[in-house]
Amino acid sequence: MVQQLGYLPESASQTAGPYVHIGCTPNFVGIHGIYAEDLGATPFPEDAPGQRITLTGVVRDGLGKTLNDVMVEFWQADAQGRYGPGAQGFARRASNFETGEWELKTIKPGAVAGMAPHIGVWVVARGINIGLQTRLYFEGDDHSKDPLLTRLEHQNRRDTLIARDTGNGTYRFDICLQGDGETVFLDM
Amino acid sequence: MTLMPRNRANHPLPYAPGYKSSIPRSPKLALVSGAPTATEQTGPVFGHELIGKLDNNLILNFTGEPAIGERIIVHGRVLDETGRGVAGALVEVWQANAGGRYRHKKDGYLAPLDPNFGGCGRTLTGADGSYEFLTIRPGAYPWPNGVNDWRPMHIHFSVFGQSFGQRLITQMYFEGDPLIARCPIVNTIPDKAAIDRLVAPLDMGRALPHDCLAYKFDIVIRGNRQTMFENRMEGL
Ligand SMILES: [Fe+3]
Repeated sequence: MVQQLGYLPESASQTAGPYVHIGCTPNFVGIHGIYAEDLGATPFPEDAPGQRITLTGVVRDGLGKTLNDVMVEFWQADAQGRYGPGAQGFARRASNFETGEWELKTIKPGAVAGMAPHIGVWVVARGINIGLQTRLYFEGDDHSKDPLLTRLEHQNRRDTLIARDTGNGTYRFDICLQGDGETVFLDM
Repeated sequence: MTLMPRNRANHPLPYAPGYKSSIPRSPKLALVSGAPTATEQTGPVFGHELIGKLDNNLILNFTGEPAIGERIIVHGRVLDETGRGVAGALVEVWQANAGGRYRHKKDGYLAPLDPNFGGCGRTLTGADGSYEFLTIRPGAYPWPNGVNDWRPMHIHFSVFGQSFGQRLITQMYFEGDPLIARCPIVNTIPDKAAIDRLVAPLDMGRALPHDCLAYKFDIVIRGNRQTMFENRMEGL
């Protein structure tokens, strides 16, 4: 016999279910008066330096159907490539109940530690048993030295991680959960 | 801090056909693994100014008038895999009311809404990782999956650690509920021991006489190593 290592196993994930918004964005589903504002409504204060950008997107399932019950979280560096302080750089969005669209007004992140500018993205919804981790990079940036993008075995999947420049500081980032054009999901 | 790799054997399978919604919503291709970077190892830090006085009291936080149902305390600790309590972790919860009905326009179950129950709460863990909620026991409810599938009584939990890579959403079940073993969502988890770790025992030590029962629910998030060699040179 040897001593026990004593590590604890991580608690199992469970789907966020169809009512994730009650807990995470209650004001969005009309539950007012408990929290003044939904968490992650604005990632940066109004006077934070940096280029203002607008990100939009939808999440689609393996049959091409747009999910209208998804919650997406974002974690990004500021324009200088620094994380924080506090909860600065964090945002949370619910997809629109009719269209499935989400929209985030934020600041273009600076490059961090040799990586091209990007935003960490985490997706949960009914039917997703463990939250899906991915990244949003920006069309037009130099990705030739990014450690993750250059390492992808299937380089034809790399575009799934790159938000399309749609002009005037807007970028489009659609996520595909399964099938043709399946987004690269990460285990990092 | 260095995140330990996630052991997927502790988790549900993404594709679990017993839970029909997972069939078109689960990735088919392998996850791309890599060492965590600053993006995964840092994360939002929430301050105590975020939390209102009644945020962790689901009995009173909606209208100020008490919600209907069996009063319970739900308490426990947020720990990481190294066994350390995680201080300042944001814990958010949501649940159905005592009749098994959610305050949500998509929930058409015939059980009535409780005018005094909103269904959400949040808190920050203390220095030792401990947290506490006061709520009512949620009802079981039927859901469209198989013809007669019921969710066991459960509370949804969302947990932030110190790193974005520790994000976890899970559910707490109640000791003794016969619906746990029959639930297709519970059974997306192949490891029976991992299911058992989501079942909160009755805790008479924390129950308040003539007031409420208590359940204890510890949550373990991904390990964050803090080593003496934290500042080692790149590549060493
Ligand atoms: Fe539920």
